[in-house]
Amino acid sequence: MLTVPVQIQILLAGILFFLGLIGLLVRRNIIFMLMSVEIMFNSAGLVFIIAGTHWMQPDGQVMFIFILAVAAVEVSIGLALILQLYHHFKTLDTDAINKLKDKR
Amino acid sequence: MKILISLIPAIPLFGFLFLALAGKKVPQKVAGFVGAGTVGISMILTFAVSSIFIGSLHHVKTWSVVLWEWINTANMHADIAFSLDSLSLIFMFVITFVGFLIHIYSLEFMSKDEGFSRFFAYMNLFVGSMLILVMADNLLLMYLGWEGVGLCSYLLIGFWYKEPANGKAARKAFIVTRIGDTAMIFGIFILFLSFHTVNIREVMYNASMNWIAGSPIATLTAALLLGGALGKSAQLPLQTWLPDAMAGPSPVSALIHAATMVTAGVYLIARTNVLFLLAPAVRSAVAVIGALTLLIAGFSALTQHDLKRILAYSTISQIGYMFLALGVGAWSAAIFHFVIHAFFKALLFLGAGIIILVLNQEHNIFKMGGLRKKMPAVFITFLIASASLAALPLVTAGFYSKDQILWYAFSSEYGSVLLWTAGIIGALLTALYSSRMIFITFYGDAKTEPSFKPGKLMIVPVSILAFFSIVGGFVELPDSLGNVHLFSDLLNYTLPKVILKNTGIPDYFFQVLSGIIVLLGIYFAYLVYLKKPSAAESFRHSGLYSFFEKGWGFDALYDTLLVRPVVWLSEIDKKDFIDIFNKGLAQLALLFNSLLVRTQNGKIRWYLMSLAIGITLILTYILTR
Repeated sequence: MLTVPVQIQILLAGILFFLGLIGLLVRRNIIFMLMSVEIMFNSAGLVFIIAGTHWMQPDGQVMFIFILAVAAVEVSIGLALILQLYHHFKTLDTDAINKLKDKR
Repeated sequence: MKILISLIPAIPLFGFLFLALAGKKVPQKVAGFVGAGTVGISMILTFAVSSIFIGSLHHVKTWSVVLWEWINTANMHADIAFSLDSLSLIFMFVITFVGFLIHIYSLEFMSKDEGFSRFFAYMNLFVGSMLILVMADNLLLMYLGWEGVGLCSYLLIGFWYKEPANGKAARKAFIVTRIGDTAMIFGIFILFLSFHTVNIREVMYNASMNWIAGSPIATLTAALLLGGALGKSAQLPLQTWLPDAMAGPSPVSALIHAATMVTAGVYLIARTNVLFLLAPAVRSAVAVIGALTLLIAGFSALTQHDLKRILAYSTISQIGYMFLALGVGAWSAAIFHFVIHAFFKALLFLGAGIIILVLNQEHNIFKMGGLRKKMPAVFITFLIASASLAALPLVTAGFYSKDQILWYAFSSEYGSVLLWTAGIIGALLTALYSSRMIFITFYGDAKTEPSFKPGKLMIVPVSILAFFSIVGGFVELPDSLGNVHLFSDLLNYTLPKVILKNTGIPDYFFQVLSGIIVLLGIYFAYLVYLKKPSAAESFRHSGLYSFFEKGWGFDALYDTLLVRPVVWLSEIDKKDFIDIFNKGLAQLALLFNSLLVRTQNGKIRWYLMSLAIGITLILTYILTR
């Protein structure tokens, strides 16, 4: 079985994480931002899997199942919020949705 | 049976507690029922107690009830204890009886007011405090009631608190009376330091045993107590608060600022008469202050155009008569005038309340007129009360009470021609301003149309008061006319008898004279205000008129002498070191706030960026450490 060194695996997770972060920062469409958050979530899950296989422990996979469940919940809440936002503002542009601020 | 007397102040206080705690949750009917009902129960109890008390007066002069210990330290002992004697009984009678009628009246008067239950809560607290004041066994408890009525006066003057002027009037009343109250508590301190007790009877007994008449300490104590009385009773020089106190609802003016609370000073002096007899200088000062006040307020009443302010100045003037009587040692005459005054002045204020309510808050008498036919019931009762105020001879109660004061001002051993002259000029003024009020308000052409007809709840109490404004005088008739002395006989169980000097002039001479003066005054007012209004008109534009109208410039004087310097000082004090430091702190916080507030711009990506930078910095710090 071909084994990839653990550093490379972690690097992959890191790249995924930063891709997600960059997506979160540059995208203005809130749905894409939600997707980027999902990518970051999954990179974190990937680290758990990597750690689990590296030390031959089942805990990593258990944690991943947890993350999956949390992500599912988070997505459903997020989508519901997005629906409400769209209903209210008629746009998905986060820069336009900036009503929650102090008046100067 | 004796324990019943402690219920008399307790029941209105329970009413206050109920209305203060649950007043908003219960319907208006219940609140009104509790508010008026508690005072009604107190009134019935007072009647019951007084019938038994007066029956046993030959054996026991005083009933005392100790409820519980209030303060007990090594040097100081004070109980929650009440005592009943003929003086406090008369005050209790007026407070509960007139108070009950005014509560009934208020049921209708206040029915459309959003603060209905709050009003009755304050009124009940007032009745309770006033009863504590007159029933208290010791000076400390009396002071509690004294301050309680002051508080209620403040709360009720500022009852319509949304109007800033009313709040200002309330504060003015509170602060001016506080000056007197401070003097009074110092007087109580001196009494306590001298005799190590605050019980009124013990203090009075000790004072009469140990202090020499005219000694400095007796004079000082009496002067300090007089200070308290002057503040509460709105006498010179602390009278300026009462005309402004008319900002409150009319029933409040009737109950507190005419019938009961303002006469607390009269009660205090009568109650501590021993001290005032020990301090002849202060006793004469009481008479002189009373005489001056009744003149000054009489002239001011003659020039007011606000119906309630006329009555306010007339109240100051009539209390001046009571002080005059106290000052010449005619204790029972002062209390008698207090009772009669309570009847007719409460009636005048309630009548004025109806007029003002019916004419849509019109206070100016020159915009009234012709109400005689529009409101016959109000007219007749108002006429009776004004006649009583003007002391119309023979038929009204006011004649008998005022005539007694005038007679004693001359014939008592402390009386003098000067005091009597002041009193008789005051009588002329009273006749003038009360007839002026009647002529301008009720006669002539109608200028404002009444908006509705006053209901039974307002007319019935007013009619009862009108009945007593006539009949009340017949319990005390002078020697030359019937020679009835029921009232002074009752009071002489508690207060010393007036000592007459031999003047050689029979008292009916004075009665005829004062009767003629009053009739002259009414006739003159008829000529000037009804027959030929142009005569009054020319006087209206003179400088003297506006001087009288502004209350002899006392407000302006105090404003320049006291209010402005204090405001100026506080302005300076505002800029001292501590304030600068505190303000600097606030400025610094505001500066940081204005910097940080820029970061909260509502852009979610900006927040995420700062989050990412923050995490990077923290991670870098942890990893490179």
